[in-house]
Amino acid sequence: MKTISLTIDGKRISANEGEKLLWVALGNGIYIPNLCGLQDNSQPPAACRLCFVEVEGKEKPVTACTETVTDGMVIDTRGGKALRLARTAFELLMSSQQVDCAHCAKNGSCELQQIAHHLNIKLKSNRFRRILRELPIDDSSSVFTYDPNKCVLCGRCVWVCRERLGIGAIGFAYRGFQRVVTTFAGEAFADSKCQECGECVRVCPCGALVFKNDKTEEEQT
Amino acid sequence: MAINNKEVTTTEEQAKVRQKTRQILKRFGRKQGNLVPILQKVQGKLGYLPREAMLEIAKFLSIPGIDVYSVITFYNQFRLNPPGKHSIRVCLGTACHMKGGYITLDAWKRRLGIDRGETTPDREFDLDSVACVGCCVMAPVTVVDAKPQGKVEPTKVDGLLLAFEIEREKKS
Ligand code: FES
Ligand code: FES
Repeated sequence: MKTISLTIDGKRISANEGEKLLWVALGNGIYIPNLCGLQDNSQPPAACRLCFVEVEGKEKPVTACTETVTDGMVIDTRGGKALRLARTAFELLMSSQQVDCAHCAKNGSCELQQIAHHLNIKLKSNRFRRILRELPIDDSSSVFTYDPNKCVLCGRCVWVCRERLGIGAIGFAYRGFQRVVTTFAGEAFADSKCQECGECVRVCPCGALVFKNDKTEEEQT
Repeated sequence: MAINNKEVTTTEEQAKVRQKTRQILKRFGRKQGNLVPILQKVQGKLGYLPREAMLEIAKFLSIPGIDVYSVITFYNQFRLNPPGKHSIRVCLGTACHMKGGYITLDAWKRRLGIDRGETTPDREFDLDSVACVGCCVMAPVTVVDAKPQGKVEPTKVDGLLLAFEIEREKKS
């Protein structure tokens, strides 16, 4: 594989040809907000609209998860246009999000906190009207708890369950504001095809899917 | 909308559903692209898409059940619950919305004890919303058994339900 070199935020970096910019940046310690991508998914959904960056020579910001790196590329991850788009996307996302960090198992390791910090905005913004979903929590699995009110619909769990593991226990249902990650016929996890492997919990960026016994899990891994 | 057909279907009905679904599937190829036409045919025959039908279809197309559920819940035309004897369609079009159609919908929900897209356990009523039925002057409109009723405010909801009750009593 050919090695190429590019510049991200003034730092010279070498990468393999064909790689996506997001993973190159993250692999080199440069953080770009992201929720919907997974490195082994070769068809990024590019749905969260958080990973915008500016590329020299391109008029409009691009999503880093879909941008293939090229030799000599010059990237600015902190450009004003890109950050403005990312901030708006994040604020819209958070406007239907239950924020209760003090009582949340992911407090401290939550990617939403990381993104808010990086974008220098609050988790709870007043820019958009807040509408919460008020969906029931599924506590039926012996391994994890699923709180759809905290779900950001990034789809990582859905992809992992279906594509990486070939199980297909979860997917998206409904449309618009009602959209939700759920099991077949909206059954409780305990009654579904779920095999309780916990892989979905490991990729969940926020507090939607959490292990029931968080401590033991950390010790195990 | 949630599935409430667990309460309303018996094992016998389930077997019948599976058999009828298989009958319909015979006319289709096992292409994933056939999913929507299959769903339309099955709903056309059964009036809704029961759980057993979804599972049969998923097996036939070799896709996870959740994919079938995903498509069904995405489109308004598909129903997860059996149709009731009487259909209640609350208009939430622009005019009806301005006239408080959503309050009317809440009244129906409360009186029938079900949500949008559901059927009462006795299968008397099913409830759903529609977008503008073309008689905005009568807003807020509720279409009851295909007949648009005008100025349906919560008190009229009670009136309409009372009329059904009286009719039922007369028959029995
Ligand atoms: S990670 Fe690029 S759009 Fe979500
Ligand atoms: S908006 Fe209800 S009939 Fe037109």
